[in-house]
Amino acid sequence: MSSERDHRSDGNDGTTVNGNDPTADGVTDAALERAGGTGEAIARRRGMFGANNGSDTTGYGGLTRTVRMPGASARPYGGYFDEVADELEGALEEQGLDPAHAVEKTVVDRGEITFHIAREHLLQVVRTLRDDPALRFELCLGVSGVHNPHDTGRELHAVYHLRSLTHGRLVRLEVSVPEADPHLPSVVAVYPTNDWHEREAYDFFGLVFDDHPALTRIMMPDDWQGFPQRKDYPLGGIPVEYKGAQIPAPDQRRSYS
Amino acid sequence: MTTHATRPAEPRETTEGPVYTVTGGDWDEITQAAAERADDERIVVNMGPQHPSTHGVLRLILEIDGETVTEARAGIGYLHTGIEKNLEYRTWTQGTTFVTRMDYLTPFYNEAAYCLGVEKLLGITDDVPDRASVIRVLLMEINRISSHFVAIATGGMELGATTVMIYGFRDRELCLDLFELITGLRMNHAFIRPGGLAQDLPPGAIDALREFVRQMRKNLPEYDALCSGSPVFRARLKDVGYLDLAGCLALGATGPILRSAGLPHDLRKSDPYCGYENYDFEVPTTDTCDSFGRFLLRLEEIEQSLRIIEQCMERLEPGPVMVGDKKIAWPAQLALGPDGLGNSLDHIKNIMGTSMEALIHHFKLVTEGFRVPPGQVYTAVESPKGELGVHLVSDGGTRPYRVHFRDPSFTNLQSMAAMCEGGMVADVIVAVASIDPVMGGVDR
Amino acid sequence: MGLEDKIPGGFILDTVENLAGLARKSSVFPATFGLACCAIEMMTTGAGRYDLARFGMEVFRGSPRQADLMIVAGRVSQKMAPVLRQVYDQMPNPKWVISMGVCASSGGMFNNYAIVQGVDHVVPVDIYLPGCPPRPEMLMDAILKLHAKIREEKLGINREQAAREAEEAALKALPTIELKGLLR
Repeated sequence: MSSERDHRSDGNDGTTVNGNDPTADGVTDAALERAGGTGEAIARRRGMFGANNGSDTTGYGGLTRTVRMPGASARPYGGYFDEVADELEGALEEQGLDPAHAVEKTVVDRGEITFHIAREHLLQVVRTLRDDPALRFELCLGVSGVHNPHDTGRELHAVYHLRSLTHGRLVRLEVSVPEADPHLPSVVAVYPTNDWHEREAYDFFGLVFDDHPALTRIMMPDDWQGFPQRKDYPLGGIPVEYKGAQIPAPDQRRSYS
Repeated sequence: MTTHATRPAEPRETTEGPVYTVTGGDWDEITQAAAERADDERIVVNMGPQHPSTHGVLRLILEIDGETVTEARAGIGYLHTGIEKNLEYRTWTQGTTFVTRMDYLTPFYNEAAYCLGVEKLLGITDDVPDRASVIRVLLMEINRISSHFVAIATGGMELGATTVMIYGFRDRELCLDLFELITGLRMNHAFIRPGGLAQDLPPGAIDALREFVRQMRKNLPEYDALCSGSPVFRARLKDVGYLDLAGCLALGATGPILRSAGLPHDLRKSDPYCGYENYDFEVPTTDTCDSFGRFLLRLEEIEQSLRIIEQCMERLEPGPVMVGDKKIAWPAQLALGPDGLGNSLDHIKNIMGTSMEALIHHFKLVTEGFRVPPGQVYTAVESPKGELGVHLVSDGGTRPYRVHFRDPSFTNLQSMAAMCEGGMVADVIVAVASIDPVMGGVDR
Repeated sequence: MGLEDKIPGGFILDTVENLAGLARKSSVFPATFGLACCAIEMMTTGAGRYDLARFGMEVFRGSPRQADLMIVAGRVSQKMAPVLRQVYDQMPNPKWVISMGVCASSGGMFNNYAIVQGVDHVVPVDIYLPGCPPRPEMLMDAILKLHAKIREEKLGINREQAAREAEEAALKALPTIELKGLLR
């Protein structure tokens, strides 16, 4: 039983920094590309059983795989996505903002469209999305934080979902910020509903929403240290004792990556 | 805390001004004593987090001037459970057992939203068998009824109408009997799984459903007689908790709150899932924007849910309830064994005795789970409280990389301040009850 | 607590104990301490079908000052733990605690940063009630077992002696991991 506990004791969950050079490992990348895996590499994963300290004797320890998120899409996007993208680009141009600066990348995946927005232009983009009559995304569905510790320079992501009741559409905005400088503008001025959502994202991920009216912890006690839902924050479980046995906490168990 | 109730303790100086702490005693004397000492009559009242009328572990901080609420704030997080983080350490299938415990009054909605997301990530949305979708709709609609009954029951209890609570829980028991018959559990079912359902309807379920619909049709008019027709009940609820359409959209309020402002927005109509486009039902609305309108809407939605349940029973065709892909479908056909629980004995005999490969496959799928291609999706269902959205991120592993629930209770509760400020203290409880926040969903 | 503490041990104390136990068990006033899913089942137990009034305890008190039983129904978060303790401290003696559900009893499936791994870290527990959530019948069973316990409660010097015996037994008890169970 106790041998299970040291599988992940080196604090590394089997993924390594990708170093922005996804071609360093030719074999697996080629395999991935054969499988249609051309996306944005965010991490590299080694082995199969979450053990990196030599205790993986299965023969799969040398396996390396690149974790890739879906990459940028080319036009046409299909469906109403082209219309939304055109309108957004047109409206931003009218305001004197080069769309290429504001929208870093557009991803269409699984029938959903994601605009990757530069953080300095986020407020202007959401204001346009809400107010432009052809867009009219009246309802903001909150912000969700995502932490990719191995995606250097873009560790923290804030993901917004906007719904248009008028046109029956849904778009996703994604803003990436580095962990060292986790600032991005608050959209509470445009969508008051995001008040609590942004406090939650701050509480769990340490994303600092500038100009939020009261950015304080919302779920955790006020004096809590750290941001619990970041990947480098431990789950915090304790080993569970049974009669004659003990099993480690969920994040200390052997796992399949 | 001081026991001299009628004489406030010595004030504690803070940056906000002196703060008095008193427990018990006569309210008039306390306000008078406080007024004598302080320059103005502003008093901050803390209600909860453990208070009989706060709908769970909700903390309300009210600044009152006499009996009028001048500012209201909600303190939440007292039930934060870390479910979203826990999910990252379990397989995709095991995730259903966690999400079902988020908003514990709408377990099937949590499961359905999560499973629809996983299916979308896997790209098997269209492969889910029809029978599974119909049973999902069936369970969700019964769940809508039970959730609305709890909203009415606890709302009634908070008003002091204990009879309403007894009635609400009586009818909720009928829903729970069905759940128990179909899933084996009264709450926290984990019955909807990625790819379908854990198992098929048991024998006798259709008869029980018919009896349920019949009984509900009989019981529902009692609420009209007991509540909607009662002048006292109307007086407590009418024009209380007012929030108009602009306020709803700004604050992101959905569900009965949005529909009480007159907008017939319902994801079952505007963005159908699980085949809702094939069912015939209405989306009731009112334009009163108040608690009474929301109460009437809940009753009307129960009515509509009964209609959908009847259509579900007609649409049920024999067939599988899990996707055919054996790399995803849970291998065991669950069956009620002689010990009252467990896997199908035939299946165990097969994998243990005849097929080594089947045993390995079973073991791998249960312990390791299936891999989900990298990417992110957002799926939403119309829960009884509003739009329940799930943001799922996969990194290609056997466990979710990130799961975020956009719970309607969490977002709707924000509108509490807008509904209460300027009203009376006693109406705060009514307004909160009409939002129907479930703290398990708010705090997750 | 009162006069009974001054009664010497023996026949009189036993008689008083009997009477007090009977009186106390017949009128238990639970404080509402509903937290999560179990709270709904607790309310169900109080409502029509299961009818807790049969055992003379349907009156859930809003104020801890008026209650002598705390049913901790649901998961206790780190943020809620101080509140829970404060409510418990405000209850007058003698008082009892039922830890309802597996989350309150041991943290259950939520073995993580947010949840207190068993409410017995915060308050002493008399009855642990497993289940997720326990059925109303199970809660009633726990309540009846607690009634039996209250019925047998000692007073005065008998109480002190019982406490001493319980402490000695606890000191001698084996840790869970050294116990023989299904896994060993």
